[in-house]
Amino acid sequence: MSDTPTVAEQAAAPPPSEGSPSGDRQPDRQPLAFLLTHQSGVVIIVALVIALVVGAVLIRLQGVAPLYAYETLIKQSLFVPGGLTRTLQKTAPLVLTGLAVVLPLRVGLFNIGGQGQLIFGAMFGAWVAYAAGGYGILGAVLGMVAGVAAGALVGFVAGVLKATRGVHEVITTIMLNYIAAGVTWWLVTGPLQAESSKTSGIPQTELIPDSAQVGAVAKIPIGFVIAVLLAVACWWMLSRSTLGFRFNTVGANKHAARYAGIDIKRIVTLSMVFGGGLAGLAGALEALGTLHRFEPAIGGTLGFDGITIALLARANPLATIPAALLVGILRTGAAGLQFETGIAPEVVDVLLATILLMVSIPVLGKWIFRSRADKVSAASTSWGN
Amino acid sequence: MTEVPEYDPTPVPTDTAPEHLEAIATTDAVLELPPEKSGFGEGNVGEVLLAIDGLSKSFGSVKANIDISMYVRRGEIVALLGENGAGKSTLVNQIFGLITPDTGTVSVRGDATPIKDPRDAIARGIGMVHQHFQLVPVMTVAENMALGHEPTKAGGRLDITSARAMVRTLSAKHGLPVDPDTEVEDLPVGTQQRVEILKALSRKVDLLILDEPTAVLTPQETDELLGVMKELAASGTSIVFITHKLREVLAVSDRVYVLRQGAVVGEVETAETDARKLATLMVGREVVLSIDKADATPAETVLTITDLHVKDDRDLGAVNGFSLEVRAGEIVGVAGVEGNGQRELVEALAGMRKVVSGQMTLGDLDLTKANPHQTHHAGVGHIPEDREKHGLVAAYSIADNLVINEFDQAPFARNGVRQFAAVVENAERVRTEFDIRSSSVHQSSGSLSGGNKQKVVVAREMSFRPRLLMAAQPTRGVDVGSIEFIHRRIVDARDAGAAVLLVSAELDEILSLSDRIAVVHGGKVVAEMPGRGADRTEIGRLMAGDH
Amino acid sequence: MTTAWIAKNRTTLIVTVVVLVAAYVFYYAKHDIAPSMYTSAWGYAIPLVLAALVGVIGERSGVVNIGIEGQMLVAAFAGFFAAAYSGSLIVGVLAGVGSGLILGGFLAWTTVKWRMDQIIAGVVLNIIATGITSFYYKPGKLLPGLMPSFDIWPLSRIPLFGEVFFTGTSIFATLAILAALFVHFGLFHTRWGLRTRSVGEYPSAADTAGINVERLRLINVTLAGSLAGCAGIYLSMDASSSFERNMVAGRGFLALAIMIMGAWRPLRALAMAIFFGFINAVASQLQQSGNIDVPPQLTGTLPFVVTIIVLAVAAGRVRAPGAVGQPYVKGDE
Repeated sequence: MSDTPTVAEQAAAPPPSEGSPSGDRQPDRQPLAFLLTHQSGVVIIVALVIALVVGAVLIRLQGVAPLYAYETLIKQSLFVPGGLTRTLQKTAPLVLTGLAVVLPLRVGLFNIGGQGQLIFGAMFGAWVAYAAGGYGILGAVLGMVAGVAAGALVGFVAGVLKATRGVHEVITTIMLNYIAAGVTWWLVTGPLQAESSKTSGIPQTELIPDSAQVGAVAKIPIGFVIAVLLAVACWWMLSRSTLGFRFNTVGANKHAARYAGIDIKRIVTLSMVFGGGLAGLAGALEALGTLHRFEPAIGGTLGFDGITIALLARANPLATIPAALLVGILRTGAAGLQFETGIAPEVVDVLLATILLMVSIPVLGKWIFRSRADKVSAASTSWGN
Repeated sequence: MTEVPEYDPTPVPTDTAPEHLEAIATTDAVLELPPEKSGFGEGNVGEVLLAIDGLSKSFGSVKANIDISMYVRRGEIVALLGENGAGKSTLVNQIFGLITPDTGTVSVRGDATPIKDPRDAIARGIGMVHQHFQLVPVMTVAENMALGHEPTKAGGRLDITSARAMVRTLSAKHGLPVDPDTEVEDLPVGTQQRVEILKALSRKVDLLILDEPTAVLTPQETDELLGVMKELAASGTSIVFITHKLREVLAVSDRVYVLRQGAVVGEVETAETDARKLATLMVGREVVLSIDKADATPAETVLTITDLHVKDDRDLGAVNGFSLEVRAGEIVGVAGVEGNGQRELVEALAGMRKVVSGQMTLGDLDLTKANPHQTHHAGVGHIPEDREKHGLVAAYSIADNLVINEFDQAPFARNGVRQFAAVVENAERVRTEFDIRSSSVHQSSGSLSGGNKQKVVVAREMSFRPRLLMAAQPTRGVDVGSIEFIHRRIVDARDAGAAVLLVSAELDEILSLSDRIAVVHGGKVVAEMPGRGADRTEIGRLMAGDH
Repeated sequence: MTTAWIAKNRTTLIVTVVVLVAAYVFYYAKHDIAPSMYTSAWGYAIPLVLAALVGVIGERSGVVNIGIEGQMLVAAFAGFFAAAYSGSLIVGVLAGVGSGLILGGFLAWTTVKWRMDQIIAGVVLNIIATGITSFYYKPGKLLPGLMPSFDIWPLSRIPLFGEVFFTGTSIFATLAILAALFVHFGLFHTRWGLRTRSVGEYPSAADTAGINVERLRLINVTLAGSLAGCAGIYLSMDASSSFERNMVAGRGFLALAIMIMGAWRPLRALAMAIFFGFINAVASQLQQSGNIDVPPQLTGTLPFVVTIIVLAVAAGRVRAPGAVGQPYVKGDE
């Protein structure tokens, strides 16, 4: 039998991705993180416009002129005295909670636990700063470190469970949110409650001494500077370092990552530790810089806004800054908006949810560009994997 | 391109078997049919069952099918032959309603209404046996076969008993034994295929499409399947089958359509052609003769595998006491049908899978408990069987893929910081050396052709001069030019002193490249023999477990 | 009940028997506290069962739904306020169930038709739910009446079970049990169930068998929303008669954990939900009796802690439907 047809035959042999006939799953699609970093900014603009329209409808239904409402929103956040500082003050933790979602997302994990990680970080940051109050700036630094550590611990639990037992991080992080809320609530109404609070009835911890607080320099809050620096650091890590290469590879194709000798368990856990630490720092900054103590409501919407920001930023650390700024403006302005027009600040929730919705529809990109949109694959939605 | 013949109303006597219509001149035997199996039942032998006219389909800028016309008559077996990427699967997927054509018509018995979806195709008498089995792994055979046309009792209750009975009846009728109550994932691959075939036959089928049906079968099982196909054709079912094995085409088909780059380049009566002509049509040029290799001069033993036991993904034994030695400067080919532990073996050797017991040593290094990082740095190169899954990160550039297992080593990184200049320089060098066709080294590897993707993987593993090179299905889904190239490189690696372990389900590849052959069945080596002069039939027998 | 069936389900039968025996023993031994503990356990479990069923139906069809929390919240809100404003409980119930359906449809459409990432869709749903219910919240409203409760005779005479499940029950309790039974029967003994499971395990096999994968997923996820609606209305119209912002308090997510621990099987999810309810009852009991000096804020976290522990142990052993989380894309898209 001549070998000529043999080579030709092999050329016609079926390719591996359709390969094993024992019923393989559909081949891995483009992972979410990759998709996000490669989709277009035009989609975001369109999403913003649609969201503004939806918001306008809601505002109109309350009997307020939408344009006036939006104008007030912007004015209150940027153009009243102290407004810019307040906005930047609010943006700082948002950048951090955004980063807290971005880093695990690049590895393929959904960190929905920003809220819990943040509260934990705030609690311990506040306490350490108070306890170390006599040492001035050192107190502030220690407070921040404590915040990072506390948040990292919470993230670690979720990360290690996912890495070793395959427990889906969406569930564990949400559970941890509730647990953190319960634990901190207990602490603030129990062992760590401020004396003044016992009489006033408002749960709080002791006030952090002035010297350990984190303030502003030339109207720019130090917290904001820290947040921006960290965003740059995260970007550098992901695009230039070997650790970042490991993160990206695990997120892009975990089978190939295993083949390449990357320790997937370690990277998965580490990404959640980083994420938790960043959210914890956000909490600590809130305690040290904004409230100067811990209160149960300290988190507010920061944790969940972080998710929106990460997705708006297309999982790009640098882009979390403008995305956080957007949310910061909306949130800061919303308080003033309520004061002026009586519209509840939750309208911002609806705006943000709409933006998030629009920005996450792959088909939207297709409609805009009339080309094949990449197919979305959830970062990791199978519970057992 | 080809003319669709006029429908011929002259009835043909029903006791005429199809073989009498052609002069048989193929080299391999055509199976004898018992007289009572010949004849068509209703319909005329000349009736055109399926007619395709001017069919075209593009995916973005890729033209998968270009103006294809063909026809199939009742009781005929038509083969679709072509290189990987020629458009065969796309074509049959349109017949079965999985894809909608851009232009052109598909007519079933003269009715040119477009086929909307598989349900529609099934209703019109078309069945399909997919290359990639369409079976739900956790469900039983009976459940899978009933899916879509489930028998029900009163109140919508599922009637599993009837389903089971149906399975047994069909199984007996076609001589393909299966147990209705086993879960599909517990079945060996050959049996799964039987289920897939029976599933197609469980509906009323006038035209049966088979997509690469023998990819996972031993030579003996292949013959059995070809026999089943002949019987079906004789009883009036037309068959269209996609294959790349010329032997099968010549053994069983009445006519062949050869596709190349999306278009039909040849339509021949099987009786009037031979392997060489078909191969030339498939590839479009005279194919270079097989690899020219000098005799091996093996040196010291590099790899020693001793009584290895490895489990598969479902925690069952896949490798069951595998022992083998590979020396520097030789190519050892592991021959076997897929599903006999080869995948788990290679993964264990690469450090990607845990070893239950046994030992693997590379020289004097014990690699039994090593992870992929360690095995790579010990000098093991691994061309994985599934390049999409393990071998490449589609989103990454060629340059990054080329350093995927060295990214944290000098010169590609220093103190945890990546050195992009070194990465790019390496990529340029390798790209030229291995002739990887791409616009630049920054192009994402996901956009390369199958052959070029494989070249990236091969280039990467060879460029680090491994002591042991493991190549699993190295030329699967790859074009001819790249196959020749890769085979050449494997032999070069051997000549440069590497120990080469070749694992392939393509017997011809094993025969062509190996200095020594080990046949694997049931997770262990059942025979070893020199590569030169090895007997194909004998190996086939051993692959099937007959030893 | 053939011998083969008994052999195959050996473990389940043993566990069931052991649990039943223990339950009865405890009931008779601690007759003062046991009945109320059981009743509170069941009360806690009812919305969890309904919500877990939503998850089971969705995931068996291949669609992850982490928006159950949001569905429940909106339903609780819609039911309560519709009843309060209209003066009719029935209107409230319809509003609640309806909103569950609508949100189910939203999730179904965005994930199946628009191929949106399923987790993001759920997150969006939750954010919108919290936002809208807080935005339109008005304190001080009251329900026009109480939801009816009744005894189911003669079942209510069974010791223990009769008292807990069939005396003074609400329609939701009965609904929860019936729904679990129906979904179980549906999934494993009907044509719909076979098709649903195939769509969730290996959709291309279903597709090539002629089943419309997209349509089945759309229908299942949307209709399952009605159960989420029921769970929500139970919270604001039955278990309590008020609506508070964020009143669902994580139950929608607990339900997902229950679904996983129940291995995506309705009856096991029912059992798991009751188990959770029992843990919760134990925690409250310990608190009240003053035996253990643990502050209430911490005991409130007990269900969540237990969830994490059980998942850590069990998650590796259960297998999700094979195609969950992936949008199904046909060959030529």
